[in-house]
Amino acid sequence: MRAKPIENLGFQTLMVIEHFGRIAQFGVRIVACLVTRPYRFRRLMADVFDAGVLSLPVVCLSGAVVGGTLSLLGYTTLVRFGAEEALGTLVGLSVIRELGPVLTALLVTGRAGSAIAAEIATMVTTEQLDGLRMMSIDPIDFVVSPKALALLLVMPLLVGLFIVFSLMGGYGVAVGLLGVDGGSFTSSLKGAVEFWDDVVGSFSKAITFGGLTGLIATYRGYISEPTAAGVSAATTSTVVIASVSILVFDFFLNGFWGV
Amino acid sequence: MSKPTAQEFRIAFDGVDLRRGERCIFDGLSCGFPRGRISVVLGASGAGKSTLIRMIGGLQKPDSGSIRLAGQDITAFSERELFKIRDRIGMLFQGGALLDSMTVAENVALPLCEHTRLSDADIQAEVNRRLVAVGLAETGHLYPRELSGGMSRRAALARAIVMDPEILLVDEPFSGLDPINVRRIEMLLVDLNQHLDLTLIVTSHHMASSLRMADRLIFMVDGIAIAGSPADLLKSEDERIVEFLNAESDRFAERHELDVTPLLRRRGDA
Repeated sequence: MRAKPIENLGFQTLMVIEHFGRIAQFGVRIVACLVTRPYRFRRLMADVFDAGVLSLPVVCLSGAVVGGTLSLLGYTTLVRFGAEEALGTLVGLSVIRELGPVLTALLVTGRAGSAIAAEIATMVTTEQLDGLRMMSIDPIDFVVSPKALALLLVMPLLVGLFIVFSLMGGYGVAVGLLGVDGGSFTSSLKGAVEFWDDVVGSFSKAITFGGLTGLIATYRGYISEPTAAGVSAATTSTVVIASVSILVFDFFLNGFWGV
Repeated sequence: MSKPTAQEFRIAFDGVDLRRGERCIFDGLSCGFPRGRISVVLGASGAGKSTLIRMIGGLQKPDSGSIRLAGQDITAFSERELFKIRDRIGMLFQGGALLDSMTVAENVALPLCEHTRLSDADIQAEVNRRLVAVGLAETGHLYPRELSGGMSRRAALARAIVMDPEILLVDEPFSGLDPINVRRIEMLLVDLNQHLDLTLIVTSHHMASSLRMADRLIFMVDGIAIAGSPADLLKSEDERIVEFLNAESDRFAERHELDVTPLLRRRGDA
């Protein structure tokens, strides 16, 4: 009887390890499909549109609001020390190094990642993937790979837009609402941001998060149970697993590589 | 029709077992499907008809036993090996399984675009020919969500036959169709079988069509298959077959004492 909890723990651990193995195998299959013919540019463009263009409003609006909020909060702190001219530095570094890639990845996971998981899971339920298999068409090649690559491609672009709108929002609030001098805001921003450390680091994070979200969303959709509950579980767990993974990867990227 | 020998079977199941949890689907199932003939698989809902078709397509593997297709046991095949086999197989799924992001014409054209080097004009001509054959000439530009269930299934049939397969697996082709389209699809399937020497395996609940078109009936019951010509099965004295074949007769309700009247009474009625 005592062995039961230990047995369960061992079983659960093995299950987790097995899942990691399967995800890695799935990722290798996606890469293999992407580098071999036929290249599916039309499907890729459609998926880029769905994941990228349709995410623009939510990313741009969130970026502007986050930038504005940072300005408001930063100003109340900095003004106590007479350092309000450093507001550009605070907004710029916060957004470029951390908030831009992380928040964009979380937003894209919620909007596009969940949509991709739900779409693939629905295709499982309605036997569309089996239909492809019966036509000797590999569903990973035809459906999964373009979607995973689309998320990888759009993430850095959306992060770039998020950062631009954040800086604009931060500048607008700082200069228009709080009366900070526009010149000192931009000069402190320019002086603080390093191209290689901050901008390249930010886009490295974006690419990592894009790949991660694409892999998790497509994998969860692909292995879903062919039921309505299966679609729901795939969507929910994609958001949960991808969001937690983004935060964990962000920690390690910051901690070990100083990105 | 003389009885086919094991060598003449295009597809043969041998001792196939399949369980889903506690439920036994197939219990040592052994049966064969002759080359160039129409085999109709009958049985109650849940008897495993669709599962049997999925197994022939390699979409589902049995727990044990072998499934031989043209002499090769496909249960041990990898997905890549199955792709080669499936080039020769067309399949109509019960729900159609059309890709909902593509129009009907794009769905039907998909196998041709993927596996042939035909020009766009030739592909278009092939697609139109198949859509006319299933009575959907004017629907190529529509999306699957704009079609009724019966139309979806006919469009899916057009896609299943567009590559001129040697084996056609058809899961419930008549459900949800009006009598005219039942006859149309039935005649199309018989025509395909006769002119293209197609090995046709159909699952159906539609007794009249099944008896008209079948060269061989396979009756699924209790995880096993009872096979024979329609004449053999009509003469059978096996209780399970007799009951299934007579389910549409008036005496069936009497025999099973089926009475739905209590279910229709209003609340409070005596």
